Amino acid sequence: MIKQLFPIRHVIGYLASLVLSAAALVVIYGDLSDAANMVVLLVTAIIQASLQLFVFMHIGESADTKKELYINIAYALFVGLITIFGTLFIFVWGWYA
Amino acid sequence: MDLEKFKVHGEPLIYGAMISIALATIGIIVGLTYFKKWGYLWREWLTTVDHKRIGVMYIIAALLMLFRGGVDALMMRLQTAAPEMKFLDAQHYNEVFTTHGLIMILFMAMPFIIGLMNVIIPLQIGARDVAFPRLNAISFWLFFMGAMLLNISFVVGGSPDAGWSAYFPLASIEFSPTVGNNYYSLALQISGIGTLMTGVNFIVTILKMRAPGMTLMKMPMFTWSVLITNIIIVFAFPVLTVALALMMFDRLFGSQFFTMANGGMDMLWANLFWVWGHPEVYIVILPAFGIYSEIIATFSKKNLYGYTSMVFSMVIISLLSFLVWAHHFYTMGQGVMVNSFFSITTMAIAVPTGVKIFNWLFTLRKGRISFTTPMLYTLAFIPIFTIGGVTGVMLAMASADYQYHNTMFLVAHFHYVLIPGAVFAVIAGFHYWFPKVFGFRLNDRIGKHAFWWIAISFNVTFFPMFFLGLMGMTRRMYTYSEESGFGPLNMLSFAGALGLAIGFVILVYNIYWSTRYAPRDTNGDPWDGRTLEWATHSPIPAYNFAVIPKVNSRDPYWESKQKNTPLYEDKITKIHLPNNTGKPFILGVIFFFLGFFLVFSMWIPAIVAGVGIIIMLAVMSFERDHGFYISAEEVAATEKKLRGETV
Repeated sequence: MIKQLFPIRHVIGYLASLVLSAAALVVIYGDLSDAANMVVLLVTAIIQASLQLFVFMHIGESADTKKELYINIAYALFVGLITIFGTLFIFVWGWYA
Repeated sequence: MDLEKFKVHGEPLIYGAMISIALATIGIIVGLTYFKKWGYLWREWLTTVDHKRIGVMYIIAALLMLFRGGVDALMMRLQTAAPEMKFLDAQHYNEVFTTHGLIMILFMAMPFIIGLMNVIIPLQIGARDVAFPRLNAISFWLFFMGAMLLNISFVVGGSPDAGWSAYFPLASIEFSPTVGNNYYSLALQISGIGTLMTGVNFIVTILKMRAPGMTLMKMPMFTWSVLITNIIIVFAFPVLTVALALMMFDRLFGSQFFTMANGGMDMLWANLFWVWGHPEVYIVILPAFGIYSEIIATFSKKNLYGYTSMVFSMVIISLLSFLVWAHHFYTMGQGVMVNSFFSITTMAIAVPTGVKIFNWLFTLRKGRISFTTPMLYTLAFIPIFTIGGVTGVMLAMASADYQYHNTMFLVAHFHYVLIPGAVFAVIAGFHYWFPKVFGFRLNDRIGKHAFWWIAISFNVTFFPMFFLGLMGMTRRMYTYSEESGFGPLNMLSFAGALGLAIGFVILVYNIYWSTRYAPRDTNGDPWDGRTLEWATHSPIPAYNFAVIPKVNSRDPYWESKQKNTPLYEDKITKIHLPNNTGKPFILGVIFFFLGFFLVFSMWIPAIVAGVGIIIMLAVMSFERDHGFYISAEEVAATEKKLRGETV
């Protein structure tokens, strides 16, 4: 009963994402160099994303749909990277100057 | 409290709209009470989790929105029919074209397609419902409440007026101080969350719940198109969600994401909007391609030509749809390199689309074609859509686009793509699947009358706009001078719009006429269909299939009819179904109030509504509901009755 009301894995996952979000605030309130800021953001973002995938989205479970899973993740990466780098391409690298 | 901010002043038309809304509401309430239908409405519809009923509700909402958006269109055409018209003023015209665009794309085309998906997909894959029936009900109610929120803006506080694309800085609080664009951000947000959940629901349904034997490459083409559409939904809608949230922060809480000062960037809105907006075009067009593929195969009595290439071209379209968004703002200031890149990716989309067009033509070749109403829409789609596609390639050339950017040429182009590509398709699908849901066909003769009115008037309305655009008439102009020479073609266009209105009235009359007089269909397969949805009875029993069919080809039902092989091998057993629930509806209503209070910056009520949503979500998470069983005997009895045997 207590296990059902207090799913330890999920609660820890939830707390961890809160901590990671707070940790990312170092970029604003801390006094680090730009490079260090980027490292902080990248590291917290990657841990945050994998936390979501493993704890809440059960990516480790059920072996029979691995292929569909990887296709979906590849598609998501494709769309995410295209959006980010496409925007940079439009507004920074390829901007009329 | 200050009631002044809720009022919209000055226009006799708006007072007319208020009165008609009030009368319609009173009419509905009195009607429901008089016929004692409140209980029926609540038990059978508002609380339903049945995919068929949810689909029907989506389609009814879409038809209502079609007429709302259509009246907007008529008002615009009337206002521009002659030079210096005084029918609408500039502000009112801005509101009308903004809501026309929003309603037609988000609250007409989308729900119509999602409605058809809801009704047909579980049947086509031989399933008893979608994967998450309750989530499906939540999706519907969020969409519906979002649509209602946008619709009341017209009479409470004022409509959004910065175009359906709501470009910043115009849409910012500085330049659009009314609540109109608050409605935009919140109504779209609420219905967008619903759409996102639909996306998840249908991906899981199609990947996990297909009948035994139906491999991915044996799925009907409509199912394929819906799978790909929902994948696009899941990847494109989060961008809109984020963009709308930033817009809301800018307008309500004074953040500076899209302003021109304090490090904000107005152009980023246009960028994010179209990162979602272009895939959105394919979200409404790909299912249409699926509908046409089903109709062409059925009414040519042939299997679909080039099945594999159809699937691959849709996958390629879905990938390319994320690579072309900058072609919506070639003139914004990015360099030649950027425009060339997006120009090429845009033209590349014409290739897979062309493959599909040729596949349909080859399916028709040597087929035994029957010219039914849905088939007529499909056949009209091919040439009209091709005109839209070719003018699209013209617009895709960045250097040429500088000539007709934001002119009526563009307006003509996207109506030439979206009306045959989405509206004809949903009407064709509506006629095609209507007998499946209601057990009788829409009258073919009246249907054809409506078709000819719609198809011809469509061209009369929009073809002149190509020339108007080339003559230099920009879009969204509320009036023009006589010397411009735009008058005659605009008048022609208005005449076409009236014809379209007549066509749609005939279409609705056909629903009324057929409901009363059309012969009832008894075998569930009026068109001699090919896919599984025709294998069950019409109207469809709550459990869809008494026994889950076994599939071993792409056209399983056709195969079983031709070779006389049985589709069902198992015995009837008890069937598990989900219980109805009123919670999705209540959740939707709370979302509506949250949206409304946020629009008017009424913080305390908004917080109360927000807490209400969290409570509802918690209650629903902890609720245990195991559904119910229909016993094997009851299923057998229902089956006998539906087959017309006496029990």
